[in-house]
Amino acid sequence: MTVNLTLLTVMGALYACGIYLILERSLTRVLLGLMLLANATNLLILATGGYAGMAPFFSKDTDPASYSDPLPQALILTSIVISFAVTAFMLGIIYRTWLLARQDDIQDDIEDRRVAETPSFDAEDDAVIPVETSEFPLPMRGSDSSAAPESTATVEAGGRTLLAEHAAQEEKPGSGNSAPVTDTGVNTEKGTDTDGGAK
Amino acid sequence: MNLASLAPLAVVLPILGAALTFLLIRHSRAQRAVSIALLSLTLLLECLLLASVWNGGTAAVNIGGWVPPWGIVLVVDQFSSLMLVVSSAVSLAVLVYATGQGMADGDQDAPVSIFHPTYLILVAGVSNAFLSGDLFNLYVGFEILLTASYVLMTLGGTGPRIRAGVTYVVVSVVSSVLFLIAIAMVYGATGTINMADLAIKLSELDQGTKTLLHVMLLVAFGIKAAVFPLSFWLPDSYPTAPAPVTAVFAGLLTKVGVYAMVRTETLLFPGDSLNTPLMVVALLTMVVGILGALAQSDIKRLLSFTLVSHIGYMVFGLAMSSVAGLAAAVFYVAHHITIQTSLFLVTGLIERRGGSSSVDRLAGLAKLSPLLALLFFVPAMNLAGIPPFSGFLGKLGLMQAGIGLGTPLAYALVIGGVLTSLLTLLAVARVWNRAFWRKAEDAEHPDPVLLAVPVPEGGATAVRLLPRTMVGSTLGLVVLGVALTLFAGPLFRVADQSAAAMLDRSAYIQAVLGDGTPVPAAALSGGGK
Repeated sequence: MTVNLTLLTVMGALYACGIYLILERSLTRVLLGLMLLANATNLLILATGGYAGMAPFFSKDTDPASYSDPLPQALILTSIVISFAVTAFMLGIIYRTWLLARQDDIQDDIEDRRVAETPSFDAEDDAVIPVETSEFPLPMRGSDSSAAPESTATVEAGGRTLLAEHAAQEEKPGSGNSAPVTDTGVNTEKGTDTDGGAK
Repeated sequence: MNLASLAPLAVVLPILGAALTFLLIRHSRAQRAVSIALLSLTLLLECLLLASVWNGGTAAVNIGGWVPPWGIVLVVDQFSSLMLVVSSAVSLAVLVYATGQGMADGDQDAPVSIFHPTYLILVAGVSNAFLSGDLFNLYVGFEILLTASYVLMTLGGTGPRIRAGVTYVVVSVVSSVLFLIAIAMVYGATGTINMADLAIKLSELDQGTKTLLHVMLLVAFGIKAAVFPLSFWLPDSYPTAPAPVTAVFAGLLTKVGVYAMVRTETLLFPGDSLNTPLMVVALLTMVVGILGALAQSDIKRLLSFTLVSHIGYMVFGLAMSSVAGLAAAVFYVAHHITIQTSLFLVTGLIERRGGSSSVDRLAGLAKLSPLLALLFFVPAMNLAGIPPFSGFLGKLGLMQAGIGLGTPLAYALVIGGVLTSLLTLLAVARVWNRAFWRKAEDAEHPDPVLLAVPVPEGGATAVRLLPRTMVGSTLGLVVLGVALTLFAGPLFRVADQSAAAMLDRSAYIQAVLGDGTPVPAAALSGGGK
């Protein structure tokens, strides 16, 4: 079987451009890529029919061996009709995307993004169980996030900025820190992550 | 007259229905009546076809009187007619459901007049793909059903549906192009596209060419069947479509891909050359799919992932290329079409009753609507493979075949299958616990509908929330799923016979090409007992 080198080269170029284009995010380019792929495939089907010969079934005295194969042409005809329908539909979709989102790009799936960003934390399984379960709750850390919000107050001490709690620890006798601490300008700004575990 | 010569009507009747409903586009009542009547007629016809081959046998119909291998041929055997009956029964139930939904919603938010013709064309495409005995006609069947599915997927043209539709269309078109390239190369290599003729001529090719063609066809069908590395488009695009559309897509479209894979593996490329990669892929499909399902909180997305996961079971059965494995796969396909579709239909009902399909917003449905709870519970347990149901029988058949095969990979797949089954149970049990079992007050963001004062039975609101036609058609499908359990004996017998016939190939080839056609021996090396 001999094949037409020009057709093969064109087919290869169409496939290459088509694959390049469908990898874009722009829908119009994707559509163009799909059209190129469909046409490249039509050329491939044509190439499977072998060399170009006489018109088949034209006259009775032609040698059957010199006919060109009619079946690939019938296949191509069907394939052209199908790719025509798909192209028309894609154009409709692209126009609708433009109307709705004013852009020609593939949109992200919001629910998928949400699931991807959800931590492995499960609200029911991993719920924070209060350490202190007596009916006279103590205002201690971890017993209830609303009873004792974690202090984020800071103090300036000896040129350093410390959390107020840590500074109080260093104030205790025997902490090995004898530097005088002057409570200057306690920052009373509250952090916003006090309810971090209750999401 | 031979009953099988009526086979083309299974394709022609839905197309005729599509034409009629298109003419009746302004008369929605007549449109509904015509589409339901014609689909029922198709189902009846297909039941006759199944009855004619119930005890074995293969019949071929030459379209337009062209003798194969030149003309297009439709082949009716046990597998194709069983698929036809199950798919038509499921599509009829979904059509009734969609009609009920359309009537309840007053046909306002979607151009439902387009729905009926498109839906019937989809059914025609599915029937054509199941019956086709010609590779290019199979491609045309795929294109008919895909083009119809593009329209159904983007019905109404809302933002999310267009977004999902773009992904779906592009992936489908790429897979179709791959399929067409494979057909062109098959034709270039053998000079025929008749599947029975190919079965003879492909075996004369050298091993390298054969493997190339085999892999190309499997990749093209694998995208359509959503087999693991090619499955990412499915959970992305299915959940946004309207409930009945998702249901019919989940039930039918992937199974058409599986059907094509079965035909490729048994008829065109018998032997076990690609069995090991197929088994690995089956294992990954099962495990990765179900892990995806566990991460979801939206029921539709969760079910889409279980759909992907359970395709793995069918590929597993197929990859064993033994009678027992293939028979279990055939049974599993029939079971899974019914169960997955009914679960999606129930999810549509849950969405109507509870206002949402996210388990974070659902609660207390078991108390609000015990019937809905029952409708969810039975197919959910069936999907997970809890003993009395058909899901258990199908999985048991696969496990037995896998242990019968006895290779380490088969054992790995058996373990993976059991694990997937348990994880499926975990996934659906989480839906059950949250949406049905817990109290509405316990939900994080309960939908206001759930906290409303319960309406008395038969009250006006209850009727509006769950229309009787929708509940009825869902109930019908659930009952069909249970019936698959009750009649599992005869069904397994048919599946066994069809698997044996598919692996033997001679019945198929001789039915198409005439008696006395020499059938090349299948190069089976082990597992083909």
